[in-house]
Amino acid sequence: MSSRTSWIPYALIAPSVLFLAAFFLVPLVQTVWLSFSGDEGLSLVNYQRMAGDLNFSLAIQNTFLLTLVVVPIQVALALVMATMVSKLEKGRDIALWILTIPLGISDLAAGLAWLSLLQNTGYLNSALYALGIIPGPVGWLSQETPWSLFAAIAMAEIWRATAIVLVILIAGLQLIPKEFSEAAEIFGAQPWTRFRRITLPLLKPSLQSALILRTVLAFEVFAVVYALGGRNFPVLAGEAYTWQNENQNYGVAAAYAVLIMAISLAATALYLRVLRTRPEQLP
Amino acid sequence: MTATTSEVQPATAARSMTLPSARRLLLWTGMAVLFAWVLVPIYFVALGAFGGRLGVFRWPKSIWPSDVSFAPMMQFLAIEGVFNALLNSLIAAGLTVVFSILLGAPAGYALARYAFRGQNAYRLLVLLTRAFPLAILALPLTVSFIRLGLYDTPFGVSLIHTVLALPFAALVTQSLFMGIPREYEEAAWVFGCTRFQAFWKVVMPLALPGLAATAIFAFVISWNEVFAASILTVRERTLTAYLLKILAESPLHYRFAGGFILILPSVLFIFAVRKYLFAVWGIASK
Repeated sequence: MSSRTSWIPYALIAPSVLFLAAFFLVPLVQTVWLSFSGDEGLSLVNYQRMAGDLNFSLAIQNTFLLTLVVVPIQVALALVMATMVSKLEKGRDIALWILTIPLGISDLAAGLAWLSLLQNTGYLNSALYALGIIPGPVGWLSQETPWSLFAAIAMAEIWRATAIVLVILIAGLQLIPKEFSEAAEIFGAQPWTRFRRITLPLLKPSLQSALILRTVLAFEVFAVVYALGGRNFPVLAGEAYTWQNENQNYGVAAAYAVLIMAISLAATALYLRVLRTRPEQLP
Repeated sequence: MTATTSEVQPATAARSMTLPSARRLLLWTGMAVLFAWVLVPIYFVALGAFGGRLGVFRWPKSIWPSDVSFAPMMQFLAIEGVFNALLNSLIAAGLTVVFSILLGAPAGYALARYAFRGQNAYRLLVLLTRAFPLAILALPLTVSFIRLGLYDTPFGVSLIHTVLALPFAALVTQSLFMGIPREYEEAAWVFGCTRFQAFWKVVMPLALPGLAATAIFAFVISWNEVFAASILTVRERTLTAYLLKILAESPLHYRFAGGFILILPSVLFIFAVRKYLFAVWGIASK
């Protein structure tokens, strides 16, 4: 690069750097600062109030449980979908389009779609009634039925966000040369062995980014929970929302935000470590 | 990338002769189950949206459309605040598209065409955004937005949504521009074009479809976002924020109508960009 042109790239990235500094880095620091500020200087008072709240341990428990159930199922389901689609001879485009529709659906809308199925006079109850299993409308989404409420939320999340995992995995699968698998087949490797020994290791970078994306978003889960269960199922982001908007206590809301960020960062670091790929292992 | 299927068909056609028909039946049965899994909830929320009060409380329900008409949807749109919320959502999403392309595409071009010091630091900044729950960052912005007069405006909401869409736009446009040979531009310079003219007349037309796909993704990201929009608005709510607010008190058929309106554009958009879906995510998830 000649010295005459060297200022151009900086001019090109400058607007986005300034923007990210103003609306990503500054609020990040602000959140941390806000969470540690009390009436007189630095204090842990916000964290104490957060930890002392009745919903706190429930929110932690629910959010972790939901993430631990939803994310592995999504990855497994997406792998099954990707494998099945790759076996199709005809109609692959339309199959992929249908399977990726939920990608464009917001968590709020996903919650509402599953509400239409699971509400008291909804389609699930109608089907169970027709089969003679229940005598009349049954509530699945109340405080008295925590497990079916949990299952409903998990289902809606799996329904909505498996598509993004599928897209990332298929994009990754397209980078793996067919020859590897064909060679293994010639040497007599069974389909399961080929999948486990060849596809899966080569898919590691894609799996890693899908897992990071999904886990960070899973700890942010909020609207789908509100659409299905209202306040009956406390989650971390929901508590942050309540403290900010209803209790007008920005400090405790910030403490929740810092907690969610810390968990997300820890999860990202974990995935980067566990699923790291050495450059020579790339396809 | 899905377009590749048509090219591989001749090769797989030979194999399909050997694939036992029982296995093929099993495969299609499985696919049918997956299609139903994806489509059935959308179908039911549509029935709920067009079924009105009567449809929602009918017991037991039939899975076939009954009581369906446009009247319940019109009723929902006529509720005070709904139309305004729809408008706010469109404005916020439109501004998000404009900002994320205007800020992201130049950065993508710089990453694609120049080797410069700080390049890796910039990439790190972009990737760093992915490890954070970005919508949560709307929380501390409430105070400064009130001070700046940005609170409770679609413009303010679009700023936070741009943080979500910008890293995506920068990475995708980078690979988009890398796919356009540098020689095309250099040829234009030789013929007397300035750098800007060469970019505008040669690179831009080639990059346009990919840029359009990026824009659509930015639109969907903003259209669907709930948390930040709910934190940063009170009266000028976006549609998601409005629906979240009325969740507890509104009747079911209004909620389903709102859910259906949220789903509709996203489904159409995904259809419009289906060709780019895998290319875009392959890049964005590297």
